[in-house]
Amino acid sequence: MPRRSTAAEEVGIEIDEDVSDSDDGGNRRRANRKQAGGRGRGGGGAKGRGRGKKADSDEEDEEDEAPRGANRRRPANKRGGGKNNDDDSEDEAPKKKRGGAANRKKGGKAQESEEDDSDDEKGKKGKKGGKKGGKEEDNGKGKKGDVKGKDKGKDKDDDKKKKKKKKDDSSSDSNSNSDEEEESMSEGEMARLMEEVEEKKKLIANIRNKPWRMKRRLTLLKEAQQFVDKFEGALGKGKGRKWYAYKVMMTKKWIKFQRDFENFKTACIPWERKIKEVESHFGSSVASYFIFLRWMYGMNLVLFGLTFGLVVIPEVLMGLPYGSIPRKTVPRAEQDTAQDYSVLMDFNGYCKYSVLFYGYYNNQRTVGLLKFRLPLSYLMVGIGSFGYSLMVVIRTMANNADVGGGDGEEGEFTFAWKMFTSWDYLIGNAETADNKYASITTSFKESIVDEQENQKDENIHLRRFLRVLANFLITCSLGGSGYLIYFVVKRSQEFATRDDLSWYEKNELEIVMSLLGLVCPPLFETIAELEDYHPRIALKWQLGRIFALFLGNLYTFLFALFDEVNDKLEEEQAIMNASIWAMKEYYANYSRLLNDTDATPPPMNPADVIRGPCWETAVGIEFVKLTISDIQVTYLTILIGDFARAVIVRFLNYCWCWDLEAGFPSYGEFDISGNVLGLAFNQGMI
Amino acid sequence: MGNKQTIFTAQQLDAYQDCTYFTRKEILRLFYRYRDLAPQLVPLDYTNQPDVKLPYELIGSMPELKDNPFRQRIAEVFSEDGEGNMTLDNFLDMFSVLSEMAPRDLKAYYAFKIYDFNNDDFICKSDLEKTLNKLTRNELTEDEVKMVCEKVMDEADLDNDGRLSLEDFQHMINRAPDFLSTFHIRI
Repeated sequence: MPRRSTAAEEVGIEIDEDVSDSDDGGNRRRANRKQAGGRGRGGGGAKGRGRGKKADSDEEDEEDEAPRGANRRRPANKRGGGKNNDDDSEDEAPKKKRGGAANRKKGGKAQESEEDDSDDEKGKKGKKGGKKGGKEEDNGKGKKGDVKGKDKGKDKDDDKKKKKKKKDDSSSDSNSNSDEEEESMSEGEMARLMEEVEEKKKLIANIRNKPWRMKRRLTLLKEAQQFVDKFEGALGKGKGRKWYAYKVMMTKKWIKFQRDFENFKTACIPWERKIKEVESHFGSSVASYFIFLRWMYGMNLVLFGLTFGLVVIPEVLMGLPYGSIPRKTVPRAEQDTAQDYSVLMDFNGYCKYSVLFYGYYNNQRTVGLLKFRLPLSYLMVGIGSFGYSLMVVIRTMANNADVGGGDGEEGEFTFAWKMFTSWDYLIGNAETADNKYASITTSFKESIVDEQENQKDENIHLRRFLRVLANFLITCSLGGSGYLIYFVVKRSQEFATRDDLSWYEKNELEIVMSLLGLVCPPLFETIAELEDYHPRIALKWQLGRIFALFLGNLYTFLFALFDEVNDKLEEEQAIMNASIWAMKEYYANYSRLLNDTDATPPPMNPADVIRGPCWETAVGIEFVKLTISDIQVTYLTILIGDFARAVIVRFLNYCWCWDLEAGFPSYGEFDISGNVLGLAFNQGMI
Repeated sequence: MGNKQTIFTAQQLDAYQDCTYFTRKEILRLFYRYRDLAPQLVPLDYTNQPDVKLPYELIGSMPELKDNPFRQRIAEVFSEDGEGNMTLDNFLDMFSVLSEMAPRDLKAYYAFKIYDFNNDDFICKSDLEKTLNKLTRNELTEDEVKMVCEKVMDEADLDNDGRLSLEDFQHMINRAPDFLSTFHIRI
């Protein structure tokens, strides 16, 4: 078909370029050899591979054979006169190659293989090592060569090449049946042949990147592999053969192992199939949310493992047990209530004095038998988790950098991209396809309208005023939310001193923060209506504001807590004095009771020791409560906001006045950006 | 890995692994998908490379493709006879190019061929119009279609010859942020 031939021509050219890229000298001399090979072909027709070599060397001198392919009209080239022929054949090289391509297209496998074999044979005559040779040998050996291009054994290959050169003659002799020609081969030719082998190997490695038909690829692959195989086979003889063969086998095994490992790894990725289902139903952007979630899950798992393994476990295994020192035990006053469920829910009671919180950990330098430096490990784990997160994030960003950064100029190819990249090929569901068609149509219509509107020029001043007003309102609300948080934190401090708290008051802080996160974004959206921006720009503003809201909340929260810390530090000082005083009293009592001033009293029962508040624990408790309440709020929102809404809409629709599905509380859309921000917010809390 | 399958020789499987972006398991899975389209036509033994072609209707009815407006073009581009009738080789080729691991250039090359409806190695105005109509299922008016096609031509045609060559197309698509994620079929 005309089309295919054009493609083949293009591809043929590509083949040429690829091959000639690796080395030009090789090409020229290759043409040389091709002629010889052509003659070999002409003479031999369907000769086997082994024969090919012999034929070549034999016919080297003959030089008067009619060339077989259309392009092989050249006069014979003596091997000795390689240089001259190279100049002549340089022009022919491209033609020959194209002929080669044409031949391949016709499926002239035999031709190709013979040609390659002849080249192969020449290549074996030793070569000044090009480093590429090493690579190609390697790939050839591992026929299952990964495209990932493992260059192992490159050094091995260089060694082999040197060895090969030493036994050049012997290998030549063993390969071909005619000795004279082989010995007279110059080093240059051998080098060239080696380079050809390298090219073949490179081709094998990259063959799947070429836009060719599968059949062509398979053919080429087979030829290239056989070519390289022969090459190796020759090398295998002579001295050092065993070592060489061993190395070859090891490389093959290694590459196969790596491939298996990759296969296995891809099988292990959790949730792969579920995500695929989601993808086909809803498109790839929704799936990307879940992929992001999965990635974060993995990262959190690692961080958790780090902390848990290096800090918690040593403490549990080797630290002092519960109840031994004052820090670790529930004060006597609280012991009655320490196990109540409600107290536990608030993370007081037993939870407070457990491994969960910072206050539990001792300040000894080393703990247990192994002298594990616990405080040091805590510090290192902290630094380590931070460093790890940073590295992972940067690495992922770098990986994704080429997959379209979002910073391209917006106007550049809008319509073209819309046309060529808007259809999501992953859609496998008729309903989604309908939706996609509709959205594409709408998007095109919008862009058209945009284009037409861009000509118009509205009242700039009114716009500006409205925008300033909107921004002012939003800044006010941001400030208001920050202040609210601060206020609530301060209030919770007061609450801490009182005991008769209602449930609301105890959890006020968390409730307020979650509510803020729920209420403010829609508020921002409504205010943003004033601004009258292009939808995409409006979305950016919206996201930026939500981001500022969340960040502001977190930071105010932190600052308010730290204020508390200062207060607590003062308290601690006072308590320390008080506890020393109490200790003295205890001793005094004890000795008085025993009437024996010399006896050393046993240490005070730890439960009795007065203890100051541990600010780290308090802060920790606050954060944990916040995380938990956030989770609860999220569940509730999803349950009510989306699920219940959907159920109501679907069932009530039959008996309601207006069309519920299209009108007010329609099905909740999957708000990707909102959810992603929520994820980031949670992670920040962690 | 278990070597118990008898559909392909080991060399064939290895060769397929080298020529596509698929692993051994995936290649076997794809073979079964291919066979499921027409069990009576596709033999279970491919060691001597039987020449079996599945007609376009079967290919176009695959769940991954049936909702795609360009499925006919895709099948035509990847089939040997240009009519959409695909052998197993073509089938593997198609899904390999459309898979996640194919590089951008390769995908851009084939995307160009897919959108070139009249196979003249250029995307001209009529190709654009056909693409647009397939994308919107003919819901835009003639004027709108014309306007969009003109805009696209303005944006992407660098050598100003009134049609998009492969270079123009590649230049434009390489900057597209979501080309790789949309031009992707998972199977």
